[in-house]
Amino acid sequence: MSTTTVAHRPPVRGELKVTQPRVMRSEWIKFWSLRSTTITLVAAVVVYVSIGLLASSISTGGGTGPGPGGGTSNPTDISLAGSTFAMLVLGTLGVLLMAGEYSTGMIRSTLSAVPARLPVLWAKVAVFAGVVFPLMLAASFVAFLGGQAIIGAGGASLSDPGVVRAVIGSAVYLTGGGILGLLLGALLRSTPAAISTLFGVMFLLEGVVQILVPASWRDTAGPYLPSAAGSAFGAVTRQADALAPWAGLAVFAGYLVAVGIAAAWRLKRQDA
Amino acid sequence: MIEVRELTKRYGAKTAVDGLTFTVRPGIVTGFLGPNGAGKSTTMRMIMGLDRPTSGTATVNGRPYARLDAPLHEVGALLEARAVHTGRSALNHLRAMAATTGVPRSRVDEVIDIVGLHDVATKRAGGFSLGMGQRLGIASALLGDPSVLILDEPVNGLDPEGILWIRRLMQSLAAGGRTVFVSSHLMSEMALTAEHLIVIGRGRLIADAPVQDFIDRASRNTVRVRSPQAVALYDLLIGPEITVTSAGRGVFEVAGIGADEIGDRAAAAGIVLHELAPQQPSLEEAFMALTHDSVEFPAVGEPALAGAGRAAA
Repeated sequence: MSTTTVAHRPPVRGELKVTQPRVMRSEWIKFWSLRSTTITLVAAVVVYVSIGLLASSISTGGGTGPGPGGGTSNPTDISLAGSTFAMLVLGTLGVLLMAGEYSTGMIRSTLSAVPARLPVLWAKVAVFAGVVFPLMLAASFVAFLGGQAIIGAGGASLSDPGVVRAVIGSAVYLTGGGILGLLLGALLRSTPAAISTLFGVMFLLEGVVQILVPASWRDTAGPYLPSAAGSAFGAVTRQADALAPWAGLAVFAGYLVAVGIAAAWRLKRQDA
Repeated sequence: MIEVRELTKRYGAKTAVDGLTFTVRPGIVTGFLGPNGAGKSTTMRMIMGLDRPTSGTATVNGRPYARLDAPLHEVGALLEARAVHTGRSALNHLRAMAATTGVPRSRVDEVIDIVGLHDVATKRAGGFSLGMGQRLGIASALLGDPSVLILDEPVNGLDPEGILWIRRLMQSLAAGGRTVFVSSHLMSEMALTAEHLIVIGRGRLIADAPVQDFIDRASRNTVRVRSPQAVALYDLLIGPEITVTSAGRGVFEVAGIGADEIGDRAAAAGIVLHELAPQQPSLEEAFMALTHDSVEFPAVGEPALAGAGRAAA
């Protein structure tokens, strides 16, 4: 073998380098070029707003009395009641964005274009957050304002304490839930596994803890569950044992960081 | 140029690639051959940085793939057929790939035309035939006009016209000074396309030679001789370096002596020959002879048949 080989082309110039903004541009194209993305986003908004409005019209409009079945009767929280259902939709979207790459084989193309790998994960999170948060923020305000209009006299106003924080917080919680789905998709590399894990954690875990864990532990650990911590930030009324809103946000963000580290580790270290 | 040094990949107790060392040079098409399960795809995935070697190294243009600044401009790859999201159109798939490294939209349209997907570029890739999927994979390999091309079984699923097209494409890419590394389990296809062959079996290197050397080395050149005076001919030919085996009534396969000399000897002894034909083993036979010990899942009936074939030969 000769010691030197003439390269086919001159060394790659800087303007062709793979950079984080370019990977984000690529993920942006990927995000919008799947029909399911648009459908899912529309579904999330429709579910979020319409259930909020429905709940508002069902409620009697009382702002102070305890609601039936231990549920909230705060007019703000009633108008944001659709967030639980929007969470299902956005969590699924998040999972599909990442796990879908593995199920279709797209991941091999993606990682051969971006062999450093981690920029792909950051770009996906950034694009998801950049699209979903403004959309959910707008939907939150629409649901709140529409809901209060329906409730009428007993309704809340944006100037009431905690209301703006709850309306924005709901959008934060929904975006965070979707990102959790995305990260679980990267960690588990399988759509069914990631969706069932996400739904289990976000919707079933509190119930399981209620049934299986001794009361003394339950009261200590319960508020720190992801769904409890996250929703504490998106509500006006504070449940009996719940964390304070900002503490809830911090705990919820902690879960995202922990899952994010695990997902990044697996993406970087393991065979694609 | 691709350089693979002592490359090894183990999955638990199973060794998929076992101490492979070879170099793929620019300017020619290099075929990567082996039976199914020989470790070709695993080797290619390690070169592409998708799988991590257990030990050893693989470099492209002198650097590990993961350290390339603009990988699509240095290496274009077609890895297995489906590395595309089924819900995305061919155009958007290529746009997303191009965006990672600043390839302009005009180049995306160009490669779509090169591979002939113009009419279906906006259709979902999930509805593509295997052949169309291969063309899309080749389009994305060509996006950055790379100096190295790695193609895993590119003719799979292509119709005869498509096979001819890709054969010419690979040869023109190599003629332009690029490194073209193409895997196949079809010897006959490689005979038409490749100049150099790297053959592996059970993850180990079996041969690394020009196509012609490979045939010569693998073959035991024999001469088929037919004569009405078979017994006399047998006595005339048999010797320490020469084997003569019967291949039917009055027909021998002779090894260890050339056709010219057989003819000369027979003429000198006054023996009539009805046929004197050097037997060129086909490339396919050469391949089978080299790899028959390293086929991972031999067919149950095969050993008996192979044995019979050898006895007759």
